[in-house]
Order: sequence, then C-alpha cells, then structure tokens
Amino acid sequence: MINRGGVGGRGPAGGGGNRQMGWMGMGGPPAGKTKNLGATLRQLLGRLRPERSLIALVVVLGSASVAFAVIGPRIIGNATNIIFNGVVGKSLPAGLTKAQAVELLRQHGQGQLAQTLSGMDVTPGKGIDFTLLGEVLMLAVGVYLVSSIFTWAQGYILAGVAQRTVYRMRRDVEAKLAQLPLKYFDSHSHGDILSRVTNDIDNVATTLQQGMSQILTSVLTVVGVLGMMFWISPLLALISLVTVPLSVVVTVLIARRSQKQFAAQWKWTGSLNGHVEEMHTGHALVQVFGQRSHAMDTFQDHNGRLFDASFKAQFLSGIIQPALQFLSNLNYVAIAVIGGYRVASGTMTLGDVQAFIQYSRQFTMPLTQIAAQMNLLQSGLASAERVFELLAADDESPDRVDAVALGEVSGRVSLEKASFRYVPDKPLIEGFDLEVRPGQTIAIVGPTGAGKTTIVNLLMRFYEIDGGVIRLDGVNTRDASRDDVRRAFGMVLQDTWLFAGTIRDNIAYGREGATEDEIVAAAQAAHVDSFVRTLPHGYDTVLDDEASDLSSGQRQLLTIARAFLADPSILILDEATSSVDTRTEVLIQAAMVRLRQGRTSFVIAHRLSTIRNADLIVVMDSGRIVEQGSHAELLLREGFYYDLYNSQFTSAWDGDGQVAQTASLKSVVTR
Amino acid sequence: MLIRLLRTYLAPYTREVTIVVILVLIQTIATLYLPNLNADIINNGITKGDVPYIWRTGGFMLGVTIVQGIIAIVAVYWASLAAMSVGRDLRAAVFRRVQDFSSREMNRLGTASLITRNTNDVQQVQLFLQIALTLLVAAPIMAVGGVIMALRENVTLSALLIVVVPIIIGLVAVMFVLGVPLFRSMQGKIDRINLVLREQIMGVRVIRAFRRTPFEQARFESANEDLTSTALRVNRIFVVMFPALMAVMNLTTIAVLWFGGQLVNSGQMPIGNVTAFLMYVMQILMSMLMAVAMVILVPRAEASAARINEVITTVPSIDEPVHPEEPTSSTGNVEFENVSFGYPGGEKPVLQDLTFELRRGETVAVIGGTGSGKTTLLNLIPRFFDVSSGRLLVDGVDVRKQPLERLWSVIGLVPQRAYLFGGTVASNLRFGDSDATDDELWHALDIAQARDFVSAMEGGLEATIDQGGTNVSGGQRQRLAIARAIVKRPSIYLFDDCFSALDAGTDSRLRAALRSETKDAMVMIVAQRVSTIMQADRIIVLDEGRVAGMGTHTELMESSEAYREIVDSQLGAAAVA
Repeated sequence: MINRGGVGGRGPAGGGGNRQMGWMGMGGPPAGKTKNLGATLRQLLGRLRPERSLIALVVVLGSASVAFAVIGPRIIGNATNIIFNGVVGKSLPAGLTKAQAVELLRQHGQGQLAQTLSGMDVTPGKGIDFTLLGEVLMLAVGVYLVSSIFTWAQGYILAGVAQRTVYRMRRDVEAKLAQLPLKYFDSHSHGDILSRVTNDIDNVATTLQQGMSQILTSVLTVVGVLGMMFWISPLLALISLVTVPLSVVVTVLIARRSQKQFAAQWKWTGSLNGHVEEMHTGHALVQVFGQRSHAMDTFQDHNGRLFDASFKAQFLSGIIQPALQFLSNLNYVAIAVIGGYRVASGTMTLGDVQAFIQYSRQFTMPLTQIAAQMNLLQSGLASAERVFELLAADDESPDRVDAVALGEVSGRVSLEKASFRYVPDKPLIEGFDLEVRPGQTIAIVGPTGAGKTTIVNLLMRFYEIDGGVIRLDGVNTRDASRDDVRRAFGMVLQDTWLFAGTIRDNIAYGREGATEDEIVAAAQAAHVDSFVRTLPHGYDTVLDDEASDLSSGQRQLLTIARAFLADPSILILDEATSSVDTRTEVLIQAAMVRLRQGRTSFVIAHRLSTIRNADLIVVMDSGRIVEQGSHAELLLREGFYYDLYNSQFTSAWDGDGQVAQTASLKSVVTR
Repeated sequence: MLIRLLRTYLAPYTREVTIVVILVLIQTIATLYLPNLNADIINNGITKGDVPYIWRTGGFMLGVTIVQGIIAIVAVYWASLAAMSVGRDLRAAVFRRVQDFSSREMNRLGTASLITRNTNDVQQVQLFLQIALTLLVAAPIMAVGGVIMALRENVTLSALLIVVVPIIIGLVAVMFVLGVPLFRSMQGKIDRINLVLREQIMGVRVIRAFRRTPFEQARFESANEDLTSTALRVNRIFVVMFPALMAVMNLTTIAVLWFGGQLVNSGQMPIGNVTAFLMYVMQILMSMLMAVAMVILVPRAEASAARINEVITTVPSIDEPVHPEEPTSSTGNVEFENVSFGYPGGEKPVLQDLTFELRRGETVAVIGGTGSGKTTLLNLIPRFFDVSSGRLLVDGVDVRKQPLERLWSVIGLVPQRAYLFGGTVASNLRFGDSDATDDELWHALDIAQARDFVSAMEGGLEATIDQGGTNVSGGQRQRLAIARAIVKRPSIYLFDDCFSALDAGTDSRLRAALRSETKDAMVMIVAQRVSTIMQADRIIVLDEGRVAGMGTHTELMESSEAYREIVDSQLGAAAVA
C-alpha cells in the first residue's frame, strides 16, 4: 500500500506537518468540504465541554497577553518621546521657559521648528531625563514580560485541553470499533475506516492545538491594534485602514489564480504518482509487453503538465508576499510622511509616529494568519465530521439481558429453516436445514466466490440470520451472549491475521491466561515448535507488520496453534489454496487433521481427501447452498457437485485422462 | 549528497540561479536602505521641521519600495522556474533509469521504495530548492548586510548584538535538544497507535472469534495514554518557544532605546539613527530565525537526495547488446545449455547446470518446493536476470545477443501476482497488441474463462479497471492477465504460478482451452498444484536448483521420489491408495 502522505510529517500537535509546509508556499492538498458545518461544530464544541472552565481561562489569558503586547509599542513610543524631548531641549539655551524658546525660534525665522516645539514637552537646556526614561522602559519590560508569560501559560493550558480532548476522542473511536457490527467492516473499505481513526484524528489534534490559539490571538490582536491606532491618531488609522481592503483584494486576486494552479498541481501530482506507481509495480510487464517508450511518453506528458502547474502555482503564490510587502511599505511611507508633517506642525509626537509604524506592521500579520488558519480549520472540521460519522454509525444489537449461559458445549449444531441475505432484496440462504452431531466434519465446497464464508459468518454470529434458528447443543444462539457462542468455536482462516507482538503472544491469543507449558504444547501439536526453536529469539521473536521471517505456511501453522490452545468444541477451518511449499503443506495438513480429532468441524475445503472423508458436504454456488449430502450420495445425484468434482480432480489436457479419472471415481463410489 | 545532486541538476539552470542571487542581493540592499531613509526623515526632516524634505525623501522611499517589490517578483519567477525545472528533470531521470532496471535492481531497491523515491523524495528536494532559492539565499545576505549597516549606525550600540544573538541561538538550541528527541518518540507512538488500530480493523473477525476485545482495548488504552503524555510534553516545550523569542526581541528593543538614549544625549548619535538601528537589529534577528527554520529542512532533503542518488547511479545489470543479433524466425524454441545462476554474494547457486531444450508446441511444467528455483528459471528467459554461466538460447540465438525489445516481443508473460493497469478491460488486454480487434479480445477472454464476468461487468470490454486491478477479484485478475498474454500471440508463454487463485474447475477448463490456442507456441507453466500440471507434455521437477526428474506424470510417478512426495502431499496418500 502506498502511503498517500496521510501519516507523513507531523507538527508538534501530532498531525499536519504537511500543512505547515503549505503555509510556506507549497500549497497543501485541497481541504475537504464539510457537509454539515453547524452540526460538526456543535459536536466538536460538545467534546470540549468537559474543559470549558479551562477554555475560559485560556481566553482570559489570551486576551490579557494580547492586551499587554498591544500596549507595548505605545510605551516604547513614550520612551522615544523622552529621548527626543531631551535632544531638542539640550539644543536650546538653558534658563528659558518653553514659551520663551518658541518665541525665540520664531524671531530667528525658524517658524517650522517653533511649531514642532510647541507640541512637545521640553525644558530648554535640559538633556534626556534618564530617571523618567528608566521608569518608562522598566514599565515596558514589565508589560512585555507579563505578555510573554501569559502567552506561555495560555499555550500550556491549551496543550492539555487539546491533548485530553483528542485522547478521549481516540478512546471513544476505539471503543466504537468494538461495537460496530461486522457488516460495517465488510461494507466500508478498511482504508477508509483506518484513515478516519488515524489521519483524521491527527488532523483534529493539530487543529485544536494550533488553530484555536492562533485564531484567538490573531483576532484579539487585530482588535487591540486597531483600537490603539485610533487612539493615537484617527487620521493615520484611517489611512492605514485603506491598505487593508487593498491587501485583501490583492491577495484574493492572486490567490484565486494560484489556487487554480495549486489544484492543477495536485491533480497532476496525483496522476503522475499513479502512473509511476503502476509502471514500477508492473515493471516486468511493461518491459515484456514492449511498453517502455509508451510509459515514458505518458510520464513526460504528466511531468510537463505538473511542471507547468507547479511553476505557475509557485510563482503566483510567490507574488503575494512582495505585493503585501509593497502595500505595507506604502503604508509605512504614508505614515512617515504624514506623521513627520504632523510632528513638525506640533500636533503629534515622534514617539506616537514610531508606535504607529509598529502597530501598522503588527496589523497586517495577524490578518494573513487568520486567512491561513481558516484553511486549517476547514480541513480540521472536515476531519472531525468524518470521525463523528464513524461514531454515529449503528452499533451491533446488544446481547439479551437475560442471556442463557451456554457453558461447555458438546458440539451439536443444528440449523432449522435458516434464512439469510446480505442485501434485503437478494435472498441468499432460504430455509436451510442442517443437523451436525458432535465430532462430525462438514465440508463446505464450491467454486471461487460461491460465498462459503457466509456460513462462517452466521455460525459465529458475525452476522445474524434473518429467519429460522441456529442451535448449539439445543440452545438458540440468539438467546446466548455472543461471547458464549464464540467461546465454543475455534477459527483458522486463510487470511492469517497475526498481530505485532511476539510469537508467544500470538499463540497465547487463543486463550486468555494460558501458561507457558500450554503454549508450547499447542505449538508442538501444530508443528510450530520445531521451526520456532530455530529462530534466534525463539518464542520471543517479534512479528512485525508485513515483512517477517515467517513464510505464509508458517503463519498458517501459528494460527493453528492458536486454535489448539483455544481448545474449542467446534472448529472452523479454511484450507489454504495459495502458494505454500510442499513440506509445510504436509505439516499443515497433518496439524489440521489432528486439530479436528474429537471436534465438530466446518471446513472450507479444497482438498480431495478432506472432502471425501467429510461426514457431510455442503455445496455452494453464487452465494447459495445448492446441494448437501455425503460424497457418495452427491456423486450419484450427478448434479452440481458431480460436475465440480469431475472438473476439479480430472484433467482436461487430453481425453484419456478423463476416462481414467472417471473410472477411478466410479471405484471410489462403489467402494 | 544533496549538494552533489543539486550541483549536477542545477548546472543547466546556472543562468536562472545567478539571476536570482543578483536580484536577491539588490532587493536586500533596498530593504536595508529603507531604515536609512527613515533615519534621514527623522534627523533632517522632523527634528528640523523641514516638511518639503519629508515629502521629498518620502517620495524617494516610495520609489525604492516599488523597485524592491518588482525585483522580488522577478526573483520569485526565476527561483520557481529553476526549482521546478530541477524537480521535473530529477523525476524524469529517476523514472528513465528505473525503466531500464532489471529484476535484480528492482528486487534490491524494492518497488515501493522506488515509487517513493520517484515521487516524494523528488518532491522533498524540489521543495527544499524552492525555499532555498527564495528565502534561504536572502538570509545570509540580510544578516551580513544588517550587521554592516548596524555597525555604520553605531559601533558601540552594535555590541548589543554580541549579547542577543547568542541568547537566541541558545534558546533555539535548547528547544531543539529537548524537543527533537521527544518529537521523534512521539512519531513512534503515533505509528504504534495506528498499528494497533489497523490490526483491530483488519483482524476484527479473529478478535471477535477469540473474544479478545478487552485485551485489544487494554493494548490500545496504554498506547493512547503513552502518546497523550508524550504529545503533551512535546507541545508544552514548544509553547515556550514563541513567547520566549518575543520576550528576547522586545527586551532588545528596550535595551537599544536605553543605551541609544545615552549615546544620543552625549551627542555621539543622532536620534533618527536609533530608530534605524532598531530596525536593523530586528532584520538581523528575523533572518536568523528564518535561517534556523530552514535548516530544519536540510536533513530531510539530504536523506531524500541520497535516496534519489542511489537510483540514478545504479547501473542496470542487463543492457542492450553492443552488436545485436536478430534471430531469423520466431519458433518458440528455448534451449538451456549448462545454465547456472546465482546471486552475487549468494552462498550457493539458485540454479545449477540445467540443460534441456523446450520446443514449439510443447507444454512444459516446472514444479518443486519453495526456494527450488522455479520462478528464477522462468525469469531467465525474458532476461530479467542473466545466467551466471552457460547459455540460454531463444530461437537459436543467445538471449544476451538479442535486442531486448525483440526478445520481449516474442514472450507472453503471466506473472505470479496478476497485475492490471488502471484503465479499461480493453486497454489492459491490448497492452501487448494495441491493434487487436474486439473479436480477438473476446476470443482471448473465452480461452481465459473470463467472458462471463467481463460481459457481466458494466460496460463489458470498456468496464473500468482500477489501478492494480483492485476492483476485480483475485481470480478474475489472474484470468484477465492470462487473456492479456493471449492477445499478444507470443511464441513463448510463461505462466508463473498464475492458476493459484482459480478454483480447480476454472483452472482445468482454462488449461483445456489454452491447449488448442498454444499449438504453435512453447508454454512453460510454473505451478504449486499437481492437478494443474499433471497432463503437461513434460514435467521438470526442481529440487534445490537441480533437475530432480523430467518426464510425463506417469513416468515421474514411476521414477521420481521427489515428485511422488509432492503428489502424495496434495492429492493425499489415501486418495491414491
């Protein structure tokens, strides 16, 4: 399986590393659309409910930290004023009052400077008031430190809120997996379920951790800064505000074009990757079927288009930054010129101008951040919705409250007029009767795709029958708990599911609390012991996901050992058809035969010997049960089984073989 | 490795890169010039009350700003062009190289890994280059330029940088040392939790059958707690970063004002220069932070570059003959002359001293246990591997002397794992013969016992096939793969254990139909199942790379112990007795 980047890089919050890249200009995959935004948002808020007092605290801390951060430049502006006043004051003769100094400057023809001076708090002859400057700067130190501490405290608490919320969400999702009916797993692709419980939850984690605090801070900052700007100078604030819609328009205009290119880039990346995947996977075929140059042509075509789209996307999105920079510089010049003019005319102080410049710079940053965060929020909500969908799926019907305890089962199984269908309007099994005595072997045969696993599904209560009764030792399985029913069964499927853990743990999976001796005994019975002992770590060998030292045959043996340990009274076996080497095959056969001894067994059979020795053969085709009976009975009937048997174990390479085989068949029947 | 790779692949774009560097240099100078102008406005305009001067300088600033913006846009243009071109070229280079690989290289590097290298790894390098050319180039220029300008404003005040810069570096370093290992361990824990969840989904039947839901929940619970506590620690470390850096920057501003004020008071520095200085310091710090953020990308790009380089520098072990020799006719005859094969460094040869001749019209089956060399034997014919010693002739000419495309054109291969390409049933079937008519396709489907399900599919021949053929069952996939080989009408058929997903009935009908179709061809079947091969003209029994028996079923039942053993294990001793 090719990982489609989902579980790739992650940010500190446990997801979304890729999207941070996106912010830096690569452009993330198009954000998923949320079908029902309101409901999703409500559910997500509901999930945050247990943390509501902490969230309130986060909001308070965030507001405080922004408030302090916003006051900072104003204080710094005051410090600049003090310095400026000192500079100007020092250049004037000592002993004069301010009014006298202004008059003096006017007389000397320096009307402009006199004007500036009139708006300032200056004592002629006196330099910078360092006591005052020190006090103001200490205040600034305090304000900035407090702001930083609040920011940190807010982040610290929020991390806990986010992680706990995600923890609960993961826990609930996992619990849900245990409650969903098998039908859910069979009707949804495993990849889809998996991506809901992994990638989507990771995505929600990132959104909660990064998105919430950044959006909060950004919005508060915009409001705070705007307030300060209007407080200092409504005129300059209005001028600065002009650049905001301008920035938005420019960004939207460029982004609309670049988004189109990013979408094209993702599309072509997808088709190129798909092509590469196909051509590399089918490498030998491409060579032998003479498709190399064709494959290269297609590749070059996709590659060229990808280049086109990504170049345009990169270039267009690259324009945004300089364009905004230009607007911000424009704003800066406007403030410097007009502010300078007003300082000169004495209606504004230098410090205020400086503070204003700082504010106007702080103003645009959170705006672009909000835009970036909205994308993140959108994709986070889409993910949350997918998780909630899973959580809202119907549960398996609960066990009866007054469930009958099954206890030890002898292995008598009966189906009475059982009927079942996967799809309501497609009847599969209708009025099926079957009577199995303890210790009997039932072979289920039929061509590929005949629905042989349906019987397994019903016996194990993975699916519930629609009509009729299935009895275990006379007890209607519906009246017992699922656990009790399943306790009676042991299962060895062809799909050898082993989990990542040691060989010992995997065998022990068959029964809770099995002792070491029991595990080894089961391993010996299943011919597992001997090869396990040749492994460097023996029973402690860790089986990892797919790549492991064990062959498929050995894995199958392990699952047989598991069934031995479980020691059930009824067995469900699936004989291997796939490539197992001859020697292991012999071992598997022997182990299965031994496992069946003294137990009722349902075998999905492919081997002649198994089928012929079965007490009863159930023949299936296209999902239905078409015949049942013993080998001899079914052959004499010359029905579906007869054809199947003939084609399966006779040869069609030439006519002679056919005759020979049929002859031997007859002898079998008559024997 | 990254540097070497980029040096090679950036070389054609030297012009573009040079332009970018020059433009960034100009742009940086402009950026650094702006605070200077601002200082002039304060010193000469505001403090002197000279409004026309403010207007003049302001207008000039605007001019500089426009130029700077235009230059920045042009720089992004060339940077994107260079970065994306390198990405495109790298992708094509990797793809082209992989196309010429033989099975040996495919096995060594692995299909999945090659796909990743061709796509994600190239993407990583391309991303790195884009960022390097737009942001990383500017950082050192900005830092150096900022320092020079700061020194020009005031040397004494610049001493502040000696204090602040190490603090910031220290802060970032501490964050890295504490955060990165935790971060890595968190990745591992996320993988762990995803593994447990995946097992629960894939193994849902087994878990329920063995009633192990509580066990699974406990396993998950501990993984979840583990992840949460680590994630919390990581996040709590990272939330220190931003406020700490903000505090350092703000305190720097305050320090500049305090010390700058003293210098201004003693007449060593005009007041406008304090403001300018402040801006330079901020620019230096910002470019430092930018550089640090970018440096994080280097190890990742480096790893990708190494993986790409490994592909590009691998020389395919199979290559076109220098003096190709075309066979005169396509008979389908295949001769093994003392053929041995071993992997380099392998302890013992996989195949030893095989000599036999396979003729047109013959059906030859190869059987043997796992590791007996069956598939290897088959793979020698299309030259997926070359023999270690001896000769292998197809149509009378050594395969190593034939043009590869010619050799492949006479072979119809059905691999062990049936693989279909995304498209339609028809596009898959025409893979070996793009001119085949619909009738020919249906004919092939008939033989492959695939007519029924193909006609039942929506659209018939035009029915969609997903990539890999995942929308049809394993057995259907195999039958389509067989039909694909039949459409090609090769003179040599190679079936690599491709009947395994078919139930025995379909298997035997298919073989019967195939029989008449392949009258004029050589058919080689590798199989596990005795019933599949019992009726072959000749059966070759392989045991540990040697021929342990050759002949018909009847002959081998008499003469070969190894063959009897296999038959017994499958049909059951009881059945034969």
